[in-house]
Amino acid sequence: MTYLSDVAALTRKDLRVELRARDTLPAMLLFVLSTLVVFHFALPEGTGESAAYGLLWVAIVFTALLGLARAWVPEHEHGVLDSLVLAPCDRSAIWLGKTLATLVFLLAAQAVALPAFVLFFAPLDATALAGVLLADLGICAVGSLVAALAAAGRARELLLPLLFLPLAIPLVVGGVGAAISPDGGRYLLLLALYDAIFAVLSWASFEYVVTES
Amino acid sequence: MIRATGIEKRFGRRRVLRGVDVELDRAGLLLVTGPNGSGKTTLLRILAGLTAPTRGALEVAVDRGRLGYLAHEPLVYRELTALENLDLFGRLYRVPERRERIGMLLERFGLWDARNERVAAFSRGMQQRLALCRTLLHEPELLVLDEPYAGLDDAGSSLLDRELEELAGSRALVVSSHDPERLGPLASGRLVLA
Repeated sequence: MTYLSDVAALTRKDLRVELRARDTLPAMLLFVLSTLVVFHFALPEGTGESAAYGLLWVAIVFTALLGLARAWVPEHEHGVLDSLVLAPCDRSAIWLGKTLATLVFLLAAQAVALPAFVLFFAPLDATALAGVLLADLGICAVGSLVAALAAAGRARELLLPLLFLPLAIPLVVGGVGAAISPDGGRYLLLLALYDAIFAVLSWASFEYVVTES
Repeated sequence: MIRATGIEKRFGRRRVLRGVDVELDRAGLLLVTGPNGSGKTTLLRILAGLTAPTRGALEVAVDRGRLGYLAHEPLVYRELTALENLDLFGRLYRVPERRERIGMLLERFGLWDARNERVAAFSRGMQQRLALCRTLLHEPELLVLDEPYAGLDDAGSSLLDRELEELAGSRALVVSSHDPERLGPLASGRLVLA
């Protein structure tokens, strides 16, 4: 119970900070909508729906990347991460709190982006939506870990995409597969498996990411 | 409380600390002095467990939850109010009777009237007072304070003098300072870094 209340306090703190600073969510919303608008005009007439689903995933991954790049900025301003790391709570609670807050931002961006996608491009069925939700979990779990790793270095903007994008490829494959394959369930299984494995790995390794050697 | 022998720290090829020995009992104040770049902050980060020494043996006989660390930066969220910051850290540090303790510290450090203001709107001195509240919130047994007087006005400095005098009798303190005269009478030991 203490672990969960620590996670809740840390998530609430991130949401409150964003509500006041408005640094992350407006940027994510603007990016995802403008990307979909550009794709709408860039796709030639008669292009199949498969290409559109691929583009949706390009928009989702890069929108998430934008949010992740800012995820640990409040902790690095004023060195707050040091006081979190010294607290007697389980350090993985810091990662989980950040993961949940990032998930909220990503879901909020998608609440606008997915209806826009349906309006401009193609319908999304239940399997495709389940794929988006499962991929979101993986993106935020892995992304929060690598964003913490990148934020500790000087070349944060360069390091984060280098670390995150290769790890996001299975999520893109799973997300697109769930949307276009007649056997979308297989891809949902792949995404669920990815989420389970990488969430456990991220949870277990976060302590080593935030502890200086 | 602390026993460190032969502490060395390197950042790449640059050696910041060499052969530093530290010994501190359960009560007392160790004053760490030295010019800029002599490694005071690095040593304090090592003692707080925030960075590991490259070489040497370090024993700190206290859990990290019983340690209070004050850095150059206030280590609080700019977008949260003073009250929200202390409430968050009070929860994470398992402070019993959290609200009462927070209220008492805000009163003592003259921040009660500003408790609902965002830290981003605080002056440097107010941020330092809030940082001191955060450091003392969980009544730590070991206090590691890096330049605690930085940014404080005369009233704030006098307040801190009284706090340190009180704490030095019952807690272990490691304090770095550019003003050794101020803390000299309180110090039970001195460490001069070159």
